[in-house]
Amino acid sequence: MNIQRFLPRDRLQTLIDQLMSAGYDVIGPQVRDHAIIFDHLAGVDQLPIGITDEQAPGRYRLEKSDSVRCFDWATGPQALKPMTFVSRETLWRSDRRPDGSLAFREEPMATRPTAIIGIRACDLAALSIHDRHFMHGAHPDPQYSQRRQSLFLVAVNCMRSAATCFCTATGDGPRARSGYDLSLSELDEGFILEVHTERGRDVVVRLDVTEATSAQIERANAGIEQAAKQQQRTLPAGPLQDKLVTAVEHPHWKTLDDRCLSCGNCTAVCPTCFCQTHGDEISLDGRQTSHVRQWESCFNPDHSYIHGIVIRAERPQRYRQWLTHKFGTWEEQFGRSGCVGCGRCIAWCPVGIDVTEELAALLIEPGIEPGIEPPAEQPKGKSDGQSGGVAHHE
Amino acid sequence: MNNALMPHEAEVVERHDETPDLFSLQLRFTDPVIQSQFEFAPGQFNMLYLPGVGEVPISIVSDPEDSHVINHTIRRVGSVTDNLGKLQVGDRLGLRGPYGRGWPVVEAEGTDLVIVTGGLGCAPSVSFIEYALRRQARYGRIQIIQGVKHAHDFIWRERYDQWRQYPNVEVWLTADTGDTLWPGRVGPVTQFFDQLKIEPKQTSVIMCGPEGMMNAVVRDMRQRAVPDTQIWLSMERNMHCALGSCGRCQLGAKFVCRDGPVFNYAELAPYWGHKGV
Repeated sequence: MNIQRFLPRDRLQTLIDQLMSAGYDVIGPQVRDHAIIFDHLAGVDQLPIGITDEQAPGRYRLEKSDSVRCFDWATGPQALKPMTFVSRETLWRSDRRPDGSLAFREEPMATRPTAIIGIRACDLAALSIHDRHFMHGAHPDPQYSQRRQSLFLVAVNCMRSAATCFCTATGDGPRARSGYDLSLSELDEGFILEVHTERGRDVVVRLDVTEATSAQIERANAGIEQAAKQQQRTLPAGPLQDKLVTAVEHPHWKTLDDRCLSCGNCTAVCPTCFCQTHGDEISLDGRQTSHVRQWESCFNPDHSYIHGIVIRAERPQRYRQWLTHKFGTWEEQFGRSGCVGCGRCIAWCPVGIDVTEELAALLIEPGIEPGIEPPAEQPKGKSDGQSGGVAHHE
Repeated sequence: MNNALMPHEAEVVERHDETPDLFSLQLRFTDPVIQSQFEFAPGQFNMLYLPGVGEVPISIVSDPEDSHVINHTIRRVGSVTDNLGKLQVGDRLGLRGPYGRGWPVVEAEGTDLVIVTGGLGCAPSVSFIEYALRRQARYGRIQIIQGVKHAHDFIWRERYDQWRQYPNVEVWLTADTGDTLWPGRVGPVTQFFDQLKIEPKQTSVIMCGPEGMMNAVVRDMRQRAVPDTQIWLSMERNMHCALGSCGRCQLGAKFVCRDGPVFNYAELAPYWGHKGV
């Protein structure tokens, strides 16, 4: 289905209204606490109009511009992930009856049909990875599936990339390709609406839209092309699994000891990270428990704890696990890289570690950093992680 | 949609203290339908749950054809296993499973078996030993090497004696630390390897225990030209879901809970022997 219509800017509210009258809760981007987040949306005036984001390693700032556009920014810290794979939820409960027997019951879920406006191509790609992980395996996750199936997605094609974006390198953007109902391409005068599903069409037929002119479609395509051209960051040519697994003892990993804080910010903002902790909350009388799942990070020592041993006890081992999984072993698990090029892990890393630079150091130019030699020539010096890592001298 | 993460109620049918650290629990689902539908293969595991304490993966040691009870041998290593150790006959707990890919009971048919286990590893491998002994026509010579940390760690001493009664079965015992009543040797499991009768292409090596021990066995067996795909290891990792979802048990590209816990060496080779992987 490929129907393109033009929705004038002053009628964007009617899209929200139509989604609401079709029974959807509407969620969209808005500014809160100096960042763009997704929350309930009633009117277009809540959208980040004339707001753009400036992103760099360890840096995320919103700037005001005189643009009339609402989607003239790249990514906020989070988009879809918290709405499908929620950060903390009860999975089931148990009751101990007075006779000592146990009763288990599923936690009822109340899910409402939800339309989300403003989803980027990178986040759609991430969603499709999570669909595979949570819904299409041998044991579909009921919580994820129910939330996921309640979603109506309105994508936005990017006309502008942040400096941290590299979705062209992963092949996931800047144009939304699949997994959405409607997409928007924003021009100053309005939006080109592209219909991708039947239910998307059902919404669009109720809008006062016109035929999109070929000039408008051309300008939109040029905008998306420009967003792609703005991207500077690249990735080593894939597939990367064998290369990263082989680089397991590369001396570069040790340099992370002096840089990575093991804070887990990268895993929290990553739209594909899926690790979890499951544990109990217990009532005061000890009879009832709630079994709760929450987001976990492979940067926590507890992630790999097993009867008295932390398998990845050192920070470089945890960073290696994360990077090797994301860009390498993910390929065997999911048939593609776990990175969608959103660049969030670069912007939200408090010390500005850049995955594209780390990969380059590990895979493209091994051993050319000061003081770091390739594995084959390594043994003569002692490469301790305490005396400065990157800059230690021989 | 069924929540596969939710346990079912089970009760303790029998408990047995093996050593101060080790105990066995025979469990049964209280719902007879669930119990009758429970089928497993040697080497698979269950998730045992105590309300308010937690949930842990524990290997199943009973015979898959015994449908009456599910037997687990457990070492006290943390809060959940400590509290499981306090359960008495009739007490209730949560149980779900079985999970994972177990021992290569079919792949190993027609080959000789070298079964090497260390420490707590004895529990998972006993399921395979018992399985093979009851179906001995399917396998060749069975050589069992059992290592433990302390001589008092040995469980099922009577079983080792029983196993020796079978034709074509040899059993070696060794402890890192012996004591006066210790009938076996003291030292690493590999000390016996020169006495093993190994036809490399005709041998399946089955092992579980500490990774250091398994590493020594892998090295030795590869030197003897046993094919990588015939060297089998049971792995342990942190697990919260057992369904390949929570991500914690990853070992390279493998989810130990789902793709394992039993792997052949060829599958693990890219990740093997590196600290912190």
